[in-house]
Amino acid sequence: MSEDGSPRLGIVVSGSLNKGMEVRLDAAVSVEDMVVGRYVVIEGKRQRFFGMLTDISLEAADREITFSPPDTTDPFTAEVLAGTGTYGMVHVLPLLGIGGDVTGVEGPQPVKTVPGHFSVVNLASQPDVELVFGREDEKRFHIGTPLDMETKICLDLEELVKRSNGIFGKSGTGKTFLTRLLLIGMLQKSKAVNLIVDMHNEYGWEGSSERGHKVKALKQLFPSQVAVFTLDEENSKKRRVSTDFVVRIGYDEVEPEDIALLRQTLGLTEPAVEAVYQLARRFKQNWLREVLELDDTEAIKGLREEFNIHEGTFQNLKRGLGIIRRLPFMVPHVEEKAVRRVLEYLDRGLNVVLEFGRFRDVTAYTLVANMLSRRIYNQYQERTERAMGEDSPRPRPLVITIEEAHKFLSPEVASQTIFGTIAREMRKYNVTLLVIDQRPSGIDEEVLSQLGTKITCLLDNERDVDSVLSGVSGKSELKSVLSRLESKQQALIFGHAVPMPAPIKIREYGSAESYRSFSVRDKADLKQTAEKDIEELWG
Amino acid sequence: MRVNEDSRVGEVIEAATTEFTAQCYELYRIPPLGSLVKTRDQDVTLYAIVYYATTRGIEPGRRAIARGKDEASEEDIYRSSPQLAELLRSEFGALVVGNKQGDKLCHYLPPQPARIHAFVHRCSPDEVKEFSQSFGFLNILLGSRLPVPAEELAAASLRQLSQVYDDRRAFLVNAGRELAVLLGGEYGRLRNILERIRE
Repeated sequence: MSEDGSPRLGIVVSGSLNKGMEVRLDAAVSVEDMVVGRYVVIEGKRQRFFGMLTDISLEAADREITFSPPDTTDPFTAEVLAGTGTYGMVHVLPLLGIGGDVTGVEGPQPVKTVPGHFSVVNLASQPDVELVFGREDEKRFHIGTPLDMETKICLDLEELVKRSNGIFGKSGTGKTFLTRLLLIGMLQKSKAVNLIVDMHNEYGWEGSSERGHKVKALKQLFPSQVAVFTLDEENSKKRRVSTDFVVRIGYDEVEPEDIALLRQTLGLTEPAVEAVYQLARRFKQNWLREVLELDDTEAIKGLREEFNIHEGTFQNLKRGLGIIRRLPFMVPHVEEKAVRRVLEYLDRGLNVVLEFGRFRDVTAYTLVANMLSRRIYNQYQERTERAMGEDSPRPRPLVITIEEAHKFLSPEVASQTIFGTIAREMRKYNVTLLVIDQRPSGIDEEVLSQLGTKITCLLDNERDVDSVLSGVSGKSELKSVLSRLESKQQALIFGHAVPMPAPIKIREYGSAESYRSFSVRDKADLKQTAEKDIEELWG
Repeated sequence: MRVNEDSRVGEVIEAATTEFTAQCYELYRIPPLGSLVKTRDQDVTLYAIVYYATTRGIEPGRRAIARGKDEASEEDIYRSSPQLAELLRSEFGALVVGNKQGDKLCHYLPPQPARIHAFVHRCSPDEVKEFSQSFGFLNILLGSRLPVPAEELAAASLRQLSQVYDDRRAFLVNAGRELAVLLGGEYGRLRNILERIRE
């Protein structure tokens, strides 16, 4: 036992800063009690090192032991050899220096050295973990606990929303639950507003758990802070969701860039996309309507000849545009533009969830997500630039949440979609992304590398694991942690918002108690705001 | 005092830094192989482990002759030839494994060898316990060059020492662990000893 009561594991016997430390386990410590991903503290002479257990191995002092092991009916020899002739080794990756009196700086610092030979290694105690991950406060949100402790692991949400972030994991590993939690966190503790492009209707009113029962989503928990927009009013009504706005998109809102992005989904050829640009130049804003309404063969022919469009290309184009026309939320013209309404809500500090109802096909999702985001981003860009010029406050930070992110951020389209731009240009214009995906290897490398914080549930495809972890120090160690996460409620979190990579057990979500823990805080926040307002009012 | 007298088994008749030979006061009353004995040299107590014992005629070069042809039992031979007890003697060799000066017990060789005619006692259970608190002496046993194999001696001494403990197994496991460290690269030797001490 160490001074503060955390159990002693063993001593450092070798290692390096790059590869981590080899720790020989004490005879009394069973290797079976060691779990990859556990936090340990190495007591160096001048500072303490906070690290993570990344591998466990069995060693023998003499190779002969492995050639002629003691008889299994001979517990005596086995007991003697345990911890002496045969012993357990664990591999520890030192990640942070904590509480060192040498630097005189409080708080965790990245490690630049290693503990000496025979430094004692203890399991990290609750205060150690708290020192590293901080306590829950106005900025920090409790996202989960370490794999084998009750201490809270907190995310600094103000830091988090400054950059684009990613949530990854195989299907069914709890990405949606994690996202919902994170969104609640952002709602409560960051100054950012959210636009959630909700393909599967999971975030607005209610979602369903794997076991099939309903869980409350944002609007139920924070009715005053969340607005639900829907593309499919009928479906929303059927699900008894109170919606704030029904989104319709006018033909005149569709720009050639939107079509270019849908090239593959609509099955358009390159020349067809080229033709879209030409037609848009000719017909201006109403190009889509004009083209769709063209049925006079002579007029078509004239047009084709004018722009030198091949007949096959034109047919291909019409077929593609026909798909768009058939989307039920497309109308020739709308008075109330969705973009304006979304911005209006966001400006008021309200978070917007855009539900797709039954229209979950890729075309609808890509088209709408891209259109809205692009227009909103343009507005933000304009406003930020104006704010910089006039030295006035910049617009409220915005986080756009997108699912199935590889559809927007694959290497082929990332350069064209607005999401690629947002991910790359990051926070310049106060707009960041929360990317959710199950195949991170399908996302453009450059975009992935720009994500500030990544939270990943279990991934078992080699390529996915590689792409998520690319560029992270201690990659091979983290890989073994990641591939051993349980398939539910566990995740590895690393990047900007946490001081060190952390495997976590995700906070419980879905029980009445969990809701209370959110809403209690909500009330506390309200009270705090009210007190602040009173203070301001009376000076 | 009587206990003390009873514990006295013989006296030193030959001494070196690393070992001594003692003659038993009574024929065949030899302390068992591996048992802990002590002797004093002024204020230093020497601890030693019995490693070897012999019984032979007092005159060098003269062997005993067979006498039991007409006797009914072995005991009868001694009964009908009472002089035998005086003509034969038992001796044992002991390997010095530690010393105690004042209260300080050390598991290494003493500054001086034992003195000739110094009394040799068997150690009491309390002394055995005190001595076997640490296993430093095993190193001396394993490194010794004696007529008996070192593994045999180490095992014998651990068996003897363990008798004073209520939890013999725990004592032997701890000793075994010490041996495992000492014989880090010599699994064969370690196994030989462990096979001889396991319960």
